[in-house]
Amino acid sequence: MTRRNDPIEALIALMARLPGLGPRSARRVVLYLIRKRAQVLRPLAEAMMAVSESARECLNCGNVGTSDICEICEDTRRANGILCVVEEVSDLWAMERAGVFKGRYHVLGGTLSALEGVGPEDLRIPGLINRLETEEITEVILALNATIDGQTTAHYIADQLPGQVTVTTLAQGVPIGGELDYLDDGTISAALNARKTF
Amino acid sequence: MHLTSLSLSHFRSHKRVRLNVDPRPVAIFGANGAGKTNLIEAVSLFSPGRGLRRASAADMARRPEALGWKIAGSVQSADGAHEIAFTSEAGAARQVKIDDKAASQVALGKLCRVVWLIPAMDRLWIEGAEGRRRFLDRAVLSFFPDHAQAVLDYEKAMRERNRLLKEQVRDAHWYTALETQMARAGALIHANRVATVARLSEAQKATETRFPVASLELTQTEGAIPETEKDLREAFAESRFRDIAAGRTLVGPHRADLYGVFSAKGVPASDCSTGEQKALLISLILANARALAQDLGAPPIVLLDEVAAHLDARRRAALYDEICALGAQAWMTGTGPELFAELGDRAQRIEVCEEGLESLVVQGTNTH
Ligand SMILES: Nc1ncnc2c1ncn2[C@@H]1O[C@H](COP(=O)(O)OP(=O)(O)OP(=O)(O)O)[C@@H](O)[C@H]1O
Ligand SMILES: [Mg+2]
Ligand SMILES: [Zn+2]
Repeated sequence: MTRRNDPIEALIALMARLPGLGPRSARRVVLYLIRKRAQVLRPLAEAMMAVSESARECLNCGNVGTSDICEICEDTRRANGILCVVEEVSDLWAMERAGVFKGRYHVLGGTLSALEGVGPEDLRIPGLINRLETEEITEVILALNATIDGQTTAHYIADQLPGQVTVTTLAQGVPIGGELDYLDDGTISAALNARKTF
Repeated sequence: MHLTSLSLSHFRSHKRVRLNVDPRPVAIFGANGAGKTNLIEAVSLFSPGRGLRRASAADMARRPEALGWKIAGSVQSADGAHEIAFTSEAGAARQVKIDDKAASQVALGKLCRVVWLIPAMDRLWIEGAEGRRRFLDRAVLSFFPDHAQAVLDYEKAMRERNRLLKEQVRDAHWYTALETQMARAGALIHANRVATVARLSEAQKATETRFPVASLELTQTEGAIPETEKDLREAFAESRFRDIAAGRTLVGPHRADLYGVFSAKGVPASDCSTGEQKALLISLILANARALAQDLGAPPIVLLDEVAAHLDARRRAALYDEICALGAQAWMTGTGPELFAELGDRAQRIEVCEEGLESLVVQGTNTH
């Protein structure tokens, strides 16, 4: 069963490298695909082929789509002067799922980390500075993770934005549906500091 | 707080141990190499961090098997009884469960307070600043469990900055961003340490004690200590040039030192006799425990490894009296039962012996 060059084994090995999958679950997935050859496997292979040919990063914001400029950057209604800076495309997609933000995004593609060898030139920071003028940005929302690297990157960017641009960050605090008793002290104190009139 | 039961499985020399203990001090005796320190090391893990030997979880796995290990205990704390369990599988870092639910180190730190004195601290006053800083930070952590996060944040940002320094990066914005984070965490670290030094001083003076008062002062090798977030930010920015030459960060709370003076004599701790230095440490540990008892309504667990052996009979009796007055479950080790004679029935006794490459724990022998 474990012959070399066996395409099934090769597929299992590739699947096992996907985020969230391991060798066991990869085997299960592959068996499932083979059983559902017509309904799932073929269409999946074709969809993958199509994506592999058409997927690209937006030259403006770093979002992933099928054209050089993504739908959000194309949409003039979203040119409201507010730019939301995120670490990864997945963060952008998460914001879009919430469907409340009406401005545009800028995906950095990571965070600054000297230890990981990621410098400003590896992130889309020069592009961000450029966009401030070309898109007449008045507010930059730094929606970066509350980690040391995320916050370092936020400070790094904030430090270089021209004075007339308003810089904001997402509030930290009690999650929707969250119970105080289950929150750690850091979250509680952040929530308390960011309290607002009722 | 105190333990009411403790069980070890494949932890260091102990294959399987099951103990029921009462709130009294625990006198542990046995020959050299029997497994006494290993036993109290297990208790030290009930507070966050790497325990009293600062060992890795892999080192704690019983050899030669080197499988996983497990420690479980029932803790009676101010807010009731809790079951706490630690497991390490195949050398991985230990996982904490409180009442059967996975818990963080910070949550553990809030529940359990454990302070200790071990022979490795004997040279604390005469060796490098790092040991004194660590000693102080353990005390800080016992008062402020969140201190651990501030230290982690500070160190992470500093490692980043040190890499920039080594690679001679000149991007001022990058330095500023990291220094902002270091300053925020650093100011908190400093404030926690100042508060702790004050608490320890207070607690030493508040009680009639046979142990000498150590007056403490936070210092650093040169210049004034930057205290506030703003001070720190400026100090880091100012130091960049020098730091690039050195390839590391030369200012900040990671350079702090603890200066101790034998108060009654006005002599620096580093110039005191061996016995006096030990007495100063005992005084500080007792003060730490008393201050915690005041804050939390119950004394912490105290671990004293080979402390009795270094004291003359009079001092030893004084130590036992103070521990009993404090009401702490102090786990103390010594080679023979006679070292604990002065305790009488104020303590429970545990004998540890070595039997064929395995530590054997016998409870309740030799009650006086
Ligand atoms: N991971 C391990 N697995 C098995 N044995 C270990 C492990 N780590 C340490 N030991 C052994 O445990 C034994 C007991 O050590 P321990 O330090 O507890 O002795 P002790 O009773 O405190 O002795 P002393 O009176 O000399 O301080 C030592 O012989 C040591 O080599
Ligand atoms: Mg020992
Ligand atoms: Zn785009």
